[in-house]
Amino acid sequence: MTDQSDAPKVSSLADLFAVAYQIEVDAVERYTMLAGQMESHNNPELAAVFRDLARAEGIHAGEIRRWAGDMDVAAHAQQVAKWKKNESPESADLDAVHYLMTRSEALQMALAGEERALAYFRHVLASVTDPAVKELAKRLVEEETEHVELCQRLIRKYQEPAGKPAPDDPDPAISQG
Amino acid sequence: MNAELKVAHKASDYKSDIAPIWCPGCGDYHVLLSLTRALAELGLPPEQIAVISGIGCSSRIPAYTNCYGFHGVHGRALPLATGLKVVRPDQTVIVTSGDGDGYSIGGNHFLHACRRNLDLTLIVMDNHIYGMTKGQPSPTTEPDFDTALTPGGSGLRPFNPLVIALASGANFVARAFSGNVSETASIIVDAIRHPGFSFVEVLSPCVTFRPDQKAWKNQVHPAPVAATDDPARAARHLMSDDGFNVGVLYRGDRQPYRPSFGGTTCDLAELEKEFEI
Repeated sequence: MTDQSDAPKVSSLADLFAVAYQIEVDAVERYTMLAGQMESHNNPELAAVFRDLARAEGIHAGEIRRWAGDMDVAAHAQQVAKWKKNESPESADLDAVHYLMTRSEALQMALAGEERALAYFRHVLASVTDPAVKELAKRLVEEETEHVELCQRLIRKYQEPAGKPAPDDPDPAISQG
Repeated sequence: MNAELKVAHKASDYKSDIAPIWCPGCGDYHVLLSLTRALAELGLPPEQIAVISGIGCSSRIPAYTNCYGFHGVHGRALPLATGLKVVRPDQTVIVTSGDGDGYSIGGNHFLHACRRNLDLTLIVMDNHIYGMTKGQPSPTTEPDFDTALTPGGSGLRPFNPLVIALASGANFVARAFSGNVSETASIIVDAIRHPGFSFVEVLSPCVTFRPDQKAWKNQVHPAPVAATDDPARAARHLMSDDGFNVGVLYRGDRQPYRPSFGGTTCDLAELEKEFEI
């Protein structure tokens, strides 16, 4: 199991709703940022992929809000959903992108985020004792498992053919020649 | 820093609607995230903050924030910030710079801003290269960094900005790594809260001209010693470290310089006339 010492501690149902919500909100923010980067660098195809990922994460955030009913998950998230050093698990790695990256690479990035989230919720499931919190953790593990499987299916669908040359870079860093 | 007004703010409250145009993968994206998260943590209203910069990739940050901002000329961010802080001590003034802008053309201002110890926070995004102008060596470039522009490397000893800051009188010195967004945000919060001149060097990789810096992620580590209030001790640690210790390294107790300023008595319309062509 991955190290979760940096992750927020969950001690109530409200905490878990808040953390789960924040994970999705952070993912929306990150994918939106990456879409903007790709638009700025004239890679509209990849910008669309990141916009789609942001939309999907936004739907997940909405679902969690709905499950939480009257709880103000957004406000509670500001208090409890904090990672000391790292970012929340579904935040795509900003330094793993390149303006010529492929759809397949973007989906690999999304998969890595979903797997980190799955590991986190599994950790919560294993560490909480309250039945209601455990039930929600189980539901979140199931959700994230579905997301992981979806990413894996999409990666297979958009797999680059073996031996395909890297895209031509029209603006290489010439000083490093 | 100024009186904090604890209103619930989100990091997005401090972002402008201008899309950054840094290279995808640039560490400066992380620094922008860290800065906006730090401002949200502090809960300061955007109109109580001024972000001042010079020239370079890192100096684009004022445009990407929703605070007051000034994108100045090369190397002159600190004089601009000094002037602003003197006349508007109520503002929280943050300077964003890079290793070229801050240590080379702005190097002299760096020394004297540390010496003056006004209540400012300087964040330098150090990528050991001039990125915006296509990869010339900066004051922190390694002597053997070989490029088409500097075959065999520049052969010049790199500048040690943290030690220089200590020797010049900075009241808070820290090093952060851009990829550790939450940790960097926390260091920036500390820096802004600490009275006097606070200096945060952020190792911020340039993915285009220094792809080798992707390795920094695995090289940075927490400073093995806690922050000290003894500048000589902090300098000794910094002189012998590997350049990848991150965390708050020095917290001084010098009183910030607060010049008395009675405000202007001149007629602005009269002043404007003097500059008419």
